[in-house]
Amino acid sequence: MTTLQICLLTSALLFATGFAGAVTRRHAILVLIGIELMLNAANLNLIAFWRFGPHPELLTGFIFVLFSMALAAAEAAVGLALVIAIYRHKKTSNLDEVRDLKG
Amino acid sequence: MFDKLDQIFVTALHWLVGFLPEAWRPAASSLICIAFILMVFPALFSIVTIFERKGIGRIQNRYGPNRVGIPFTKIRLAGFGQFLPDGLKMLTKEDIVPRNADHIVHFLAPVVLLIPVLLTYAVLPFGKNMTLADYDAGLLFFLAVGGAVEVSVFMAGWSSRNKYSLLGAMRAIAQMLSYEIPLILSAVTVVMMVGSLNLSKIVEDQNQYTFGLAHWHVFTPWGLAGFLLFFVASLAESNRTPFDLPEAESEIIAGYFTEYSGFKFALFFLGEYLGMFAITGLGITLFLGGWTAPLACLQWIPSYVWFLSKILAIVFVFIWIRATLPRLRMDQLMNFAWKFMLPLALINIVVAGIWHYMALLPGWERWLVCSAILAGAYVMFGLGLMHRQKLGTRVYKFAE
Amino acid sequence: MPITLILTAVVLLFAAVAAMSLRNLVHCALMLAISFSGIAAIYLQLNAEFVGFTEILVYVGAVAILIVMAILLTRSGEAPDRSVLTSGWAAGVAVTAMVFVILGWAILNSTGLPPTVTPAPSATVKNIGDVLMTTYVLPLEIIALMLTAAMIGAVIIAFREEEPKEKTKMEDGRWKVEQPSTLSTPASSLQPPASTGEKA
Repeated sequence: MTTLQICLLTSALLFATGFAGAVTRRHAILVLIGIELMLNAANLNLIAFWRFGPHPELLTGFIFVLFSMALAAAEAAVGLALVIAIYRHKKTSNLDEVRDLKG
Repeated sequence: MFDKLDQIFVTALHWLVGFLPEAWRPAASSLICIAFILMVFPALFSIVTIFERKGIGRIQNRYGPNRVGIPFTKIRLAGFGQFLPDGLKMLTKEDIVPRNADHIVHFLAPVVLLIPVLLTYAVLPFGKNMTLADYDAGLLFFLAVGGAVEVSVFMAGWSSRNKYSLLGAMRAIAQMLSYEIPLILSAVTVVMMVGSLNLSKIVEDQNQYTFGLAHWHVFTPWGLAGFLLFFVASLAESNRTPFDLPEAESEIIAGYFTEYSGFKFALFFLGEYLGMFAITGLGITLFLGGWTAPLACLQWIPSYVWFLSKILAIVFVFIWIRATLPRLRMDQLMNFAWKFMLPLALINIVVAGIWHYMALLPGWERWLVCSAILAGAYVMFGLGLMHRQKLGTRVYKFAE
Repeated sequence: MPITLILTAVVLLFAAVAAMSLRNLVHCALMLAISFSGIAAIYLQLNAEFVGFTEILVYVGAVAILIVMAILLTRSGEAPDRSVLTSGWAAGVAVTAMVFVILGWAILNSTGLPPTVTPAPSATVKNIGDVLMTTYVLPLEIIALMLTAAMIGAVIIAFREEEPKEKTKMEDGRWKVEQPSTLSTPASSLQPPASTGEKA
């Protein structure tokens, strides 16, 4: 098992954990935590391939990850603002109870 | 001879490490440096606590502690042994944890405070060739790890299950986050002008002398403005007066460490002062020339002596400000950060760029232009913050 | 190198599983901070130092604090009384297991992976700066715009509008003022909210 495979397996396991949490937990903020974990797993994957792949001097994966982190931070900010706004409106942050738009 | 004195610690380290086999040398060298840092800076902390109490006492027209010199003897040493009984008191006090408190988080909060603070010492250049970890992105490491202190503040405030602790923690986090931005932006000006994030290179860049005066960044308009911004922001980052609303005794008991007693409180205290030294060290590295001497004729004094004296000088100014200025209210504090310091830091970056490109013109024009822009921005933002308030001569009202 | 990598990965995964499965939300957020630090440690071992430091600065210093503040502002600091799992959680776990099995099989059985004995690449700040300003200057400017938009958007979404107070006249001639319920103070997550105030 090469080092690259270890990194990729870690990233896959992290992604699965984040995905499981985002899909099974009831609280809105935990879904956001799961999304952050998934984004981090993808970033780890990118850095692993940058490190062990061809042409690391082009820094492609590196720059991708920098931009991905900026995006993830912005998305966390807007997502949490949404959760706060929904809480103010419906007095609950339980995703099972926010079902106004459900058909 | 003075070069040898300057490099005495480096040569001692190499000599010590030379006894070990080749494979163990890097690890052993790092361990010895870490042990050295762990001995020097807490010792500095104890001495600075005494300086603080005596200094504040003198400014308030009273003596500070002046009785305990060497304990159990009658030698007074003007009170400089006070840290020994103080330390013993902190260690032997009962460790009270509230029943409802979250025990694990409550226990870990001081540890989580100390670890990032001690990590920041790794990148500071204490003297010539005396950096523990000379990262290429050393400044980014410092600022990143310094920002991890906020997690510990939250842990302390939330785990105590105390309204005052939680309020103090929220205020402290809001203050630290708000003042990190002017801190980082004023450091960005230096990075822009030097062209590197490596702290040793930033100090080397200031190691040149024209007419006997060093090229410290603080001697340029953008450097002076940046240094003042950095100074004020570091006062706020260390929760020192006038920004100590989150931990002021008359406001919120002790803020986020209300429920801590004994050794854990001592760890918080230690962490706060060590953070103060670290961020002072960074300010000195970025703006005040690090370990370089101000005048070319004074270069014979070893570099680490210069670094230490500069830290002590700035800590003295911190103590002076603490004894003199009143506290800022929370909304005044936040307005100051976002509406005054942040625009000023951005304008400082622009002015640094103008300075760099005006270097093509010889002479004094760039000094005038850059200083004028900065002074104008300062006055404009200051007037903006002070709208509808008039400051006149003080009127005293006495009871009849 | 692999042994430290494996140790860091084990700590990281343990923290991530704890972040997603603990009942107390604040503990979840703190475990998330630990897992971010673990990921930063892995980046440092992969010679991506700049990304590792940025990870600590952005995620541990900002995103974790943001999540913690949101937990306090939505008063989720207490232990939940009902189940923490949503309805239909079994399907979620099944899909997750499938995703992980497929990914793991792809990783372990792929033959085209590059060799792992490459020398450490030098990602100096100068190289990053050069590349950012020449090849990737357009994404840089777009990211700047996007961050500004996200900042303004988050402030507008979370902005608290002042609700008008209603006054009703009581029998003895005094006015009773209904205060708008103060949901946003985090200290009130530790006590029941006050509802009415009286104004003489």
